[in-house]
Amino acid sequence: MIRLDNLTKVFDTPKGAVTAADHISMEVPSGEICILLGPSGCGKTTTLKMINRIIRPTSGKVFINGEDTTSLDTQDLRRSIGYVIQQIGLFPNMTIEENITVVPKLLGWDKAKYKERAREMMRMIALEPDAFLKRYPSELSGGQQQRIGVARALAADPPVMLMDEPFGAIDPINRAVIQDEFLKMQQELKKTIMFVSHDIDEAIKMGDRIAIFRAGKLVQYSEPDELLAAPKNEFVESFLGEDRALKRLNLVKVRDLASDEIGLVRPDDTLETALQRIDDYGYQTSIVMVNAKRQPVGIINAAVARTTKGHCRDHFQSVPVVVNLDDDLRKVASLMFSNDMTWVPCVDDDGRIVGQITQRAITHHLGSRYRAHSGAGEASPSSSASEE
Amino acid sequence: MPTLNLSGAMRLLVLVAVFVAGVWSQSSGVIDDFIFYLPDIQYLAVQHLWLTAVSGSLAILVAIPLGILLSRPSMARVAESAMQVLNVGTTIPTLAVLALSMSFLGIGTVPAVFGLFVATLLPITRNTYTGLKGVSPALMEAAAGIGMSPGQRLLKVELPNALYVIFAGIRTALAINVGTVPLAFLIGAGGLGELIFTGIDLYDPVMMLSGAIPTALLAVVVDMLIAVTAFLVVPRGVNPGRA
Ligand SMILES: Nc1ncnc2c1ncn2[C@@H]1O[C@H](COP(=O)(O)OP(=O)(O)OP(=O)(O)O)[C@@H](O)[C@H]1O
Ligand SMILES: [Mg+2]
Repeated sequence: MIRLDNLTKVFDTPKGAVTAADHISMEVPSGEICILLGPSGCGKTTTLKMINRIIRPTSGKVFINGEDTTSLDTQDLRRSIGYVIQQIGLFPNMTIEENITVVPKLLGWDKAKYKERAREMMRMIALEPDAFLKRYPSELSGGQQQRIGVARALAADPPVMLMDEPFGAIDPINRAVIQDEFLKMQQELKKTIMFVSHDIDEAIKMGDRIAIFRAGKLVQYSEPDELLAAPKNEFVESFLGEDRALKRLNLVKVRDLASDEIGLVRPDDTLETALQRIDDYGYQTSIVMVNAKRQPVGIINAAVARTTKGHCRDHFQSVPVVVNLDDDLRKVASLMFSNDMTWVPCVDDDGRIVGQITQRAITHHLGSRYRAHSGAGEASPSSSASEE
Repeated sequence: MPTLNLSGAMRLLVLVAVFVAGVWSQSSGVIDDFIFYLPDIQYLAVQHLWLTAVSGSLAILVAIPLGILLSRPSMARVAESAMQVLNVGTTIPTLAVLALSMSFLGIGTVPAVFGLFVATLLPITRNTYTGLKGVSPALMEAAAGIGMSPGQRLLKVELPNALYVIFAGIRTALAINVGTVPLAFLIGAGGLGELIFTGIDLYDPVMMLSGAIPTALLAVVVDMLIAVTAFLVVPRGVNPGRA
C-alpha cells in the first residue's frame, strides 16, 4: 500500500516558485495499479519521484505499507521499490544480464540465484534468454530495451513499483502487446504500482484507479469506470474526451450485463414450437438452435417458421456471431453494428450458450450510470480526491 | 581495429620512411655508423622511457582522481573555473612548461619529470571531467533510483561510461609526453634528446637520426599500447571500437 499525505513540492526557479505538486493526498491499495494521468507539466513525474526521493518533498509524507518512509535509509528504500524511468536508462556498459541483476547484486544475492533470476525475468518478458542475456542495450530495439527496463525493476521482486511512462517509446501495436503481457504478469505478481501516463486509453486499460492531475493538483481519483461515468468537473470531462462513453465499453465485460434468460430450440423441435418460443420471449426476428451440449448450431428465422412446416434441423441458418463472457462491450458493440443485430448470444469457454446480451442492456448500463452519478456522484467512496 | 584507422595511415607512412631510410643506409654504409651509436641508444632509450613512465603514471594517478573530484555535484561551483584554468594551461607550449619548471626546480630529472607531469596532467583531467559530466542524466537517475550509493554509481555507471573519453585523454596526453621528452635533455634530464640535439649541434645527421628514429618508434609503440589497452578495458557496450 502506498499512501501520500499532503505531498507538496515547490521548485525555486529564477522566475519564482513553481508548485509542481500541491498537497497531494491519495492511497493506492496493495496489489493495485494506480495511473497518474494529466496534461504535460501537471506534476505527475514530480509526484512519482517524491515517492523514491529522487525529488525531495517540500512538505508532506509518503507511507509504504503504513510505514513513514522518511524514517528509512534512502538506499534501502529505493532498493525495495522497482523504478522504471521515462527514458529507459539501461546501463550501456553492462550486458542485459548485468542490467537485470543490478539490484539483486546490490542486495547481496548469491550468483546462482541472480543468474537464474535473470533467465526467469527474460522468460517473463517473452525474450529468449540465450539470445539476449549476453547482448548490450545498444544491440536491442527500443521496445526490447523498454521491456528490459521493466525486467530490471522487477528483478528483486519489490512489492512496490514506480513506472514513468514505461511504454512510451513503443509503437501502438507493440505497446498493446506489452500492456497485455504486463497485465498478465501483474495478475500473478500483485505488485502495488504507481504508473505515469498521458494516454487515456492506456490509463483505462491498465489502471485499477486513475488519478487525474491538473497544474500540480489532484483533481479526481476514481476507478476508471466511475471516472468515465462521472467526471468531477469540466476539466476532467474535456480531458477524457467526447467519446468517453464509448471508452467505458472497454471496461465492461459481457458477463456483467448478459442476461441468462434465453429462449432456445433443439434440432428436433418443430418450427411451430420455434415460432411459439419466439413469441413467448418477445423476439422479433429469430431464435437460437442448440445441440445436446447447448452449443449454438444455427438460428431459426421467424419469417421462415411462420411460412414453413417441419423440423428446426432442416430449416436453420448459420449463427452470425457469438461472444464470450470475457469479451468487452466494445467488441460486442462493434459486432452488433457490423452484423446489424440488436442482441448477441453469449457462450462460455466451452462454447455452450449461457445467455444473451442486448443493445438495450448496453445503452441502459451506460445511461443509468450517468443518471446515478449526475445526482449524487461525490458520495462515492473511491473518489476521495483533495479539493482545495 | 577500426579506431586505429586514422593514425594507421600515419603509421604506414612512418614505416615506409623507415624502410626507405633502411635501404639508403644499407647502400651507403651508414648502418655501421648507427651500430656505433647502439649502446648510447639503448642507454638513453631506457632513460627516455623511464621519464615517460614516471611522469605519465604520476599524471594519470593524479589527473583521474582530480577529474572525478571536479565532476562531483558538490564541486559544481569551483569546477567550471578550475576547468578554465586547465584549458588556459593546455595552451602553454610544453617547452615553456619545462623552462618554468627548471626556473624553480633547477636542472636534472626532477624538474623534467615535473614539467612532463604538468603537461600530461591537463588533457587527462579535462577528459576525465568532461567524460564524467557527459554521462547521461537519465543513467544517473536510473542508478540512483535503483538504490546505488554514490560510490557504486561512480564505479559501476559513471566511470565505465566515461572510460572511452578518459582513454582518449590519456592517449593525447602521452603523445604530448613522449613528444616532449626529447626536450627534457635541454634541462639536463638526458633521454634520446641528447643524441638529437648533440647531432644537430655537431651537424652529424647519423647521430641525430640515432635519437630521432627511436623517439618516433617509441611514440608509435606507446600510442599503440594505449589503444590496445582501451580496446580491451572499455566495456564492449560503450566501446565504439568494438561494435
Ligand atoms: N527540477 C525542476 N526545477 C524547476 N521546475 C521543475 C523541475 N522539475 C519539474 N519542474 C516543473 O514542475 C512542473 C511539473 O513537472 P513534472 O515533470 O512533474 O510534469 P509531468 O506531469 O511529469 O509532465 P510530462 O507529462 O511532460 O512529463 C512543471 O511545470 C515543470 O516545469
Ligand atoms: Mg513526466
